[in-house]
Formats: sequence, C-alpha cells, structure tokens
Amino acid sequence: MVRRPFFWIIALVVAVFALVPAIGNDVELRESLALAAVYITLASNLNLMLGYAGYINFGSIVFFGLGGYICIWLVDANGWSLALSLLGAGIGVSALSLVFGFGILRLRGPFFALSTIGIVEGVQAFAENFGPWGGSSGIYISPQVFLPLGGAARALWLIYFMLVAAMAASLYLSYAIKVSKFGLGLIAIGQNEDAAAILGVPTSRYKALAYSASAFLPAITGGLYFFKGAFIQPSDAFDLTLSTEAIVICMLGGQGTVTGVALGAYLYEELRGYLLTTATFSNFQLVIAGALLLIIVLFFPSGLMGWIYSRFPRMKRVLE
Amino acid sequence: MLGILASIIDGVLVGLVYGLAAMGLTLIWGVMDVINLTHGAMIVAGMFGLYLLASALGLSPYFALPPVLVGGFFVGVALYWVAIHRMVGRPPLMSLLSTFAVNLVLIGLGTAVWGTALFNVEVSLPGLSLGRYTFPGAHILAAGLAAVIAATLYFFLHKTRTGKALRAVANNREAAELVGIPTTRLLAIAVGCGVALAGGAGALIGTLFPFTVLSGDGYQLKSFIVTVLGGFGNPVGALMGGVALGLLEGAVTPFVPVSWTLVIEFALFVLVLVAFPGGIFASRRGAL
Amino acid sequence: MKRLCLLAAAAALIAAPAFAEDTVTIGFTDSQTGPLNVDSLGQQRGYEFWRDQVNAGGGIKAGGKSYTVKFVSYDDQSVGGRVQQLYTRLVNQDKADFLFSPYSSGLTAPAAVISEQYGRMMIVSGGAEEKPFQLGNKYLFMVITSATHYLSGAVAALKEKNPNAKIAFVYSDDPFSKTVMTATRQQAEAAGLTVVMDESYAPSTTDFGPIVNKIISSNADAFMGGGHYSDGATLARQMYDQKANMKWVSILVAPADDKFGELGPAAMGVTVPSQWEVQVSYKPQFGPTTPEFAKAFQEKFSAKADYHAASGYTSGAILQHAIEQADSIDPEKVAVALNATDVTTFFGHIKFATDPAHHGLQVAHEMVLAQWQKVDGKPGRQVVWPTAAQSAPLIYPISASQ
Repeated sequence: MVRRPFFWIIALVVAVFALVPAIGNDVELRESLALAAVYITLASNLNLMLGYAGYINFGSIVFFGLGGYICIWLVDANGWSLALSLLGAGIGVSALSLVFGFGILRLRGPFFALSTIGIVEGVQAFAENFGPWGGSSGIYISPQVFLPLGGAARALWLIYFMLVAAMAASLYLSYAIKVSKFGLGLIAIGQNEDAAAILGVPTSRYKALAYSASAFLPAITGGLYFFKGAFIQPSDAFDLTLSTEAIVICMLGGQGTVTGVALGAYLYEELRGYLLTTATFSNFQLVIAGALLLIIVLFFPSGLMGWIYSRFPRMKRVLE
Repeated sequence: MLGILASIIDGVLVGLVYGLAAMGLTLIWGVMDVINLTHGAMIVAGMFGLYLLASALGLSPYFALPPVLVGGFFVGVALYWVAIHRMVGRPPLMSLLSTFAVNLVLIGLGTAVWGTALFNVEVSLPGLSLGRYTFPGAHILAAGLAAVIAATLYFFLHKTRTGKALRAVANNREAAELVGIPTTRLLAIAVGCGVALAGGAGALIGTLFPFTVLSGDGYQLKSFIVTVLGGFGNPVGALMGGVALGLLEGAVTPFVPVSWTLVIEFALFVLVLVAFPGGIFASRRGAL
Repeated sequence: MKRLCLLAAAAALIAAPAFAEDTVTIGFTDSQTGPLNVDSLGQQRGYEFWRDQVNAGGGIKAGGKSYTVKFVSYDDQSVGGRVQQLYTRLVNQDKADFLFSPYSSGLTAPAAVISEQYGRMMIVSGGAEEKPFQLGNKYLFMVITSATHYLSGAVAALKEKNPNAKIAFVYSDDPFSKTVMTATRQQAEAAGLTVVMDESYAPSTTDFGPIVNKIISSNADAFMGGGHYSDGATLARQMYDQKANMKWVSILVAPADDKFGELGPAAMGVTVPSQWEVQVSYKPQFGPTTPEFAKAFQEKFSAKADYHAASGYTSGAILQHAIEQADSIDPEKVAVALNATDVTTFFGHIKFATDPAHHGLQVAHEMVLAQWQKVDGKPGRQVVWPTAAQSAPLIYPISASQ
C-alpha cells in the first residue's frame, strides 16, 4: 500500500492540515480546519457502512456523542489523563457498538436505517436522565483540567493535532479496508448481500466488524471535540444534524471512495461556514443541504468522484 | 386507580390520532416500498394548514379539515413526481435519501418563514368528566374524526375500483401493469392519500396541542413506532398500533417519571424492530 | 429622553472636530432560529437599543477618546456546538473586544468556556444558571438574578396566602429549570410547605395530558414549574382545559411574554418570576428611568419592553459604565471597574460577587413576581410581589381572577 501514490496523497493532505496553521500561528485557520477534520473523520467512518456495505447509518452521531461523554466523564469524575480517557472512550464505544450491532445488524436496508435513529434518540433520552452524567444539564469541566497540558492556549493546539491525527487514521483506515479482502467482502455485501453470503463471505461478522470499526475514531474525535469545549450536554452530543450532514457529505463526494468523502467534507464545511455567518443564509443552511442531497440522489448518485471518474478515467487508478 | 384509568383512556383517544398519522406512512410503504421521510413535514403542513385556515379565514377548526385533506392529496402527488417517481424500483435506500432531502428543504423553508415560534389554535369544547378527571372535548372529537377518516380509507381500499386497483399494485406491480392497470397514476394516488392522511392527522393534532415548525420530527418518530407495532404496509394494523402506543403512554406515565417515557418508547421501538422485522402485525408483503 | 437628546447635541458639537474613528467591538450570538428564537429576540433588541442610544450620544467616553460601539453577531440556531464555533470566530477573526452572552443557560455555558479560554470579558444577561460561575472564572459578569433565587419570592408569597399549601413541581429537564426548581424545593420545605410531586419532563414534550392527570392525582393545590416558552404555555392551557383547579400557579419564563395573554382564561392568575416589569420603579444613578426606557423602546420597536430587553440593555449600560470608570478599554482595567461596580439602574441594583468560587454572580439584583390579571377588561401583567414594589394586589386563589 505504501508504494501506491494515494498513500502519499493522503500524507500530503495531513501534512498541510498540521503544518499550515502551526507555522503562521493562525488560530482562526486552525479552528476552521479543526472543524473540517471533524467532518472528514465522521464522514470517512460513516462511509465504511454507507459506501462500502450499503447500510445507511442515520445515527452515526451516537458514536461521537457517547465518545464525548465517556471521555469527559473519565477526565472529570475519575481524574484520568486525556490520552487514557480518549482510549477508554474509543474502546468503550466500539464495544458498545458491537452490542447494538448484534441487535440491529440483522435488519435490512431501511429497517436498519430507522433503528439507528431509534438508538440515537434512546441514548439521548438515557443521557438526559442519567444522574452521574449530569442529566440534561450535562457535565462542565473546570478550566484546571487544561493545566497538565500546559494551559488553555497550548492545550488547544495539542487537541488540534490530535484531531488531525484522528482524521489521518480515518483516511488510512478507509483506504486500507478498501484494498483489503475485508473491504472487498463489504463491497460485495453492498452490491448483493444474499449473493455474497452464498459465495462464502462471512456477512454477519464483516458487518459487525465494520460497524464497530466505524465507531472507534468518531468516538475519539467526540472525546477531543467536547474536551476542547470543556462542556457536554445531551442536546449537543446527540444532535442528529451532524449525522445528517455526514450522509450528505458521503453522497456529495461519492460514497465508497476515500477521496470523495474527504473532498465532500471539506467543501461542505466551507459552504456551511459561509452560510452560517451570512445573515440571509443562516436560515437556509438545511434547505441548501437538503436541496443538494436531493439533486445528488436524483441525478448524480455517484457524487463528485463519480463525475470525475467518468471524465478522467485514469484518476480511478490514482485517487481511491 | 381512577387516575390510571383516566390516563389510559386519554392515551387511547390521542393514540387514535397517532394511528391515523401512521396509516399515511404505512400506506405508501405498502404500495411501493418507500419509507416517506417527509412524513413529519407533512404533519406539520397539516398543522399550519389548520392554523392558516382557522385564523385567516375564521373558519371553525374542524371545517378546515376537508381542505387540508384535499390539499394534502395534491401535495402528495407533487411529492411523488419530485422525489419518488425516479426511485421506484431502485434500492429503497435511495428513496429514503430522496424523501429525507425533501424533508430538509421543507423544514428549512418552514423555519425561514415562520421561525420556531409556537402556534396555537383555540378550540373550546365541553369535555366529559369522570370524577375529578376531565377528558377535553377536543380529544374526544379528534379521536372520533380520526376513526371516521380511517373508516373512509378502508372503504376506499376495499369497496371502490381505484382502491382495489391500488391493492393490486401493492400486491404485485408488474402483474398489475400486465392487466392494464395504470400503475404510475395509482402510485401517485397512493402517495397523495398517504400525505393527505398525514396532513389530516396533523390538523387534528393541531386542535389538541400547540405546535412549531419543528414539531413534525416528534410525531414522525411516533408514527414509525406505531408502524413498527402495527406492521409495515398494514393500515388497520397502524390504527391498532396507534391505540397501543397511546395505551402504553397512558399506562406508563402514572408510574414512571415522565422523562423516562421517551426512553421506554425508543427501547420498545428498537426491540420490536429486532424481534419482528416486519412489525408485530406484519402483513404478507404487499397485501394491504 | 430629553436629557439624552441635549447630551447628544452637545456631544456632537464637541466631538465634531475631533473626528473619532475609534470603535469598540462587542460580539455575541443570538438565537434567530431554533426553539429559543422567540425568547432571544427581546434580549437582542435590548442590546441594539443600548448601542443605538450610546452611539447617538457620541459613543463611550474613555481615555480622552469617544468609542463608537460596533456589534458583530451571528445566529447560533439555539445549538450549543455552534455557539462555541461562533464565539471562537468572534474572538479570533472579528477581534471582538468584549462579549455579550447568548440567550439561555444552555448556550451561555459553552460560550463562557470560550471567553475564559481567550480571556475576553463576557457580560451575561441570558443565562441564569450558576454552574459556569463556580468553576473559577475571571471574566464573567452576570447582570440578572441567578436561577436559585427565581422563585423565592413566589414561595414567600404563597406561604403568606396559604401556609398549608401542597405544591406540585413539574418542570422542564433543562439546566436552568432544574437549578431553579431544586433550589425552590429547599426554600419551600424550609418555609414549611409540602411538596407533593416533583417531576421533570423532556423539553420536547408537547402532550402534557398525562402529567396533568398526575398533578390532579397528587392532590396538589399549587403548581410551580415550566421551563421556557412553549412548554410553559402548553402547561397553562392544559391545566385549564383539564380543570386541574389549582389555587396557585407559578410558571417560569413563558408568562413574562405578552403572547401568553393569547391563552385567554387559561392565563388568568398565573404568576411568573420576572427580572423586571414596566411597573417597577428604581431610582437610577445613570441612564434612563423605567418609564423613559419603556416609552422609547415602544416607539422604536412597536413592541412592549420585556425583561429580556431590559436585561440586554443593562448589559450594555453596565459595560459602558465600567469602561467610563476605568477611563480605558483595556481589559484588565475594565475588569477591575466591573468588579467594583455597585450601582442602581432602572433595572435594579447591580453588584457582582468577586470571590473566585463565585466570581461574576449577581448579588444585588432581585426578582419581582408578576401576575396576569384583568387590566381594564383585557389580560395584562401586574407586579404583585414584593409588596413594596407592587402595582396591584396579589389575587389568590387564581380562580378569583377569571
């Protein structure tokens, strides 16, 4: 894999993300790239289920939110270090997703999609009632928690680099899976699950693995995101808008491709940032997202990358 | 004890309206394998339709119901042509996404126009009293109207030519085409009816509770729960599922802190989906 | 108003030759969309009204310069995540010198994290919850009474009318309402009143039928609770429709909005704790008096001023006062001035806690209790408590007002 050009393309993107804001000490750029990194992570991991296996996860936000909660709770109530708490969050959420997955992965297509919404709403309702997690008030962490990291300003940079690392891991994970036998099996499931099963693909196991894998990095990213905000509450942690946007991004960029999803995430985040701060358009953010999705689904189901591949077939070999 | 009974009865009354909403969802699903994610937006459209007609034209809220139903039908037909027509026959996930996209657009536009302010339609009817507990007249009338509309739908599906043709298309679309049934037109009619039901249910809900542009999500989720309980593609099941949900809410709230009701409902939703992937009263595929 | 006009004319004459391009930028977000947009509007108008008045008067005078006040604001869509992104942008990109809070405790808390991380002062008028102030901050200042004191007046008033009251607490499961009701429960029990029901509901609840039945079953004769506008209004309406026959009803936030009157008979007799009402008459040391403020606001916005608007205006007025006292816009000096503030404006007496454990909490301002009554045959709010500030006597039981 290291010999293929795409590997180095990813490395280049990651380097740009890490170095450009750092060199200029450009906090504003850092903040907007941080958000782009979060979107790219979420969308790439969603892609494992959506793009490869063809299972729409409307509730992918649940990994992000639960990861955030577990990480913050470990730091605040149990005094763990950030690194350990993140690891705890990642492992915890992946394990939990295996449990959820065991139940819902036997549902097909739209039933699976609906049940993922049910899971998010259920987990959110649970978090709102769960005392140790602050119920609906959420958890606030004291600013003291940034001291071991060298103070607030330094901590924010550190967190940024960790977010970029998570993004890099997500991109490499997507790529590695795609070119592996596991990935081939997932794509077979996406095309025709029954045929794949007959041909010997261990469908249940692969689906469970993919679902669980797609939880790990978003959980860590969630932990980082909410730690940075020093505050988590159920309505923010389980906001379905973010998973919705992740779906739009996957479709926009080209589901099943690594570049497409990353490109779609970046473009979408820029668009959204623009809409959010323009007085006329901030109301229309979801309208535009919806219209975009509709046009893509109706006319360009293969997204941006689909269009690029059809125009420049040679790109297929370079850009996964 | 009386309190619990009152709670349950009230739950059943409201549940009938939820059931009506779910019928709209399940009809579309049964006929063409499409899960309509604009369902929530259509419920809200019904609520706003009620509000506009009642306040702008000064009509009694209940007289606004027929226009909402008719309007809903035409909106449904339009929805079919915009988002669903090209998706028929494609994997159901695509129609899920396309209707989802339309939902985003509609709710976004709604928020832009009306903000998220609360709207209220004043309905004052004498209620029925049972000891210290009162059943608001509006609840009783809404339940009654829901039952009437549901009965009308049943009559339409089983006693009219178009209704039977619809059921034929639901059963086997290709066979229906082969015998000369204009399937595309019927699919559009089915979506029209489904949306009309959603809008009608929305209007009825509007007479019971205040609403905002964002209220649709909550009722859409309830519709899914009801559909899961009653079986996808089974309108009668949907009505029974609605009653079941209302009963559950009414029975549970006296005992459990109200904030846990949602958790219980969602847990039930996922559990039932897992145990009965087609719903508890699942019909044979395509038999309306 | 006349004083301000004269001042404006004089300032314009004096300042004209010294062409002041100095600006002080204040950043904030408001909820133009999302569930909080109705409540957020009042606060936003309060901010803008203050800014327009200050600039008409030549700006804020400090260090020999006149600073024009410039606002940069964004729509946070009532979502906490956006709040943090937007405040970070306000600080880094828009170079805001000072910050105002968003509306609601749930949004103020995330904003406060950003203001502390980047060291910008934030004047809080939109969030009454105390938790953000107890984590060790240096730059937060709250001008409104904090959540734990919201219903203490209601408890005292109820005890006076009926020392044997049985109260049902039913409230929204959000940080603000829970803080209020937890504190109120302690105050009620300390006053010897019995709490017969204590339950919270999900903020998205629309059907309160089952809850009202539970209230009836609990044999309560008094009700306290609610949350924000939509749930409060619905609770009032459904308790009336289902004939819960409460003798006392106190609902948070919702009845303070004029729209609440549209509920007709369901609104009568309902009391609401309010940070400020138009009938309140404190003697201000600077700035407009209550009647002046109310009148000018009405003229400008064709809407009655509510306490959100008054508190928003006061945020600006207090910041302005501190800058003028510090004679500079340097953050450290302004912080010193803010910590030393001890003044009365039309909004009330303003003073901040300065100990690190509670820094910035409001310690001087008090709530009033307003009640919906028939005023000239139409529904209107009267201040009924404390008795020293009342504009009409408290009606108990509420059925007497319908």
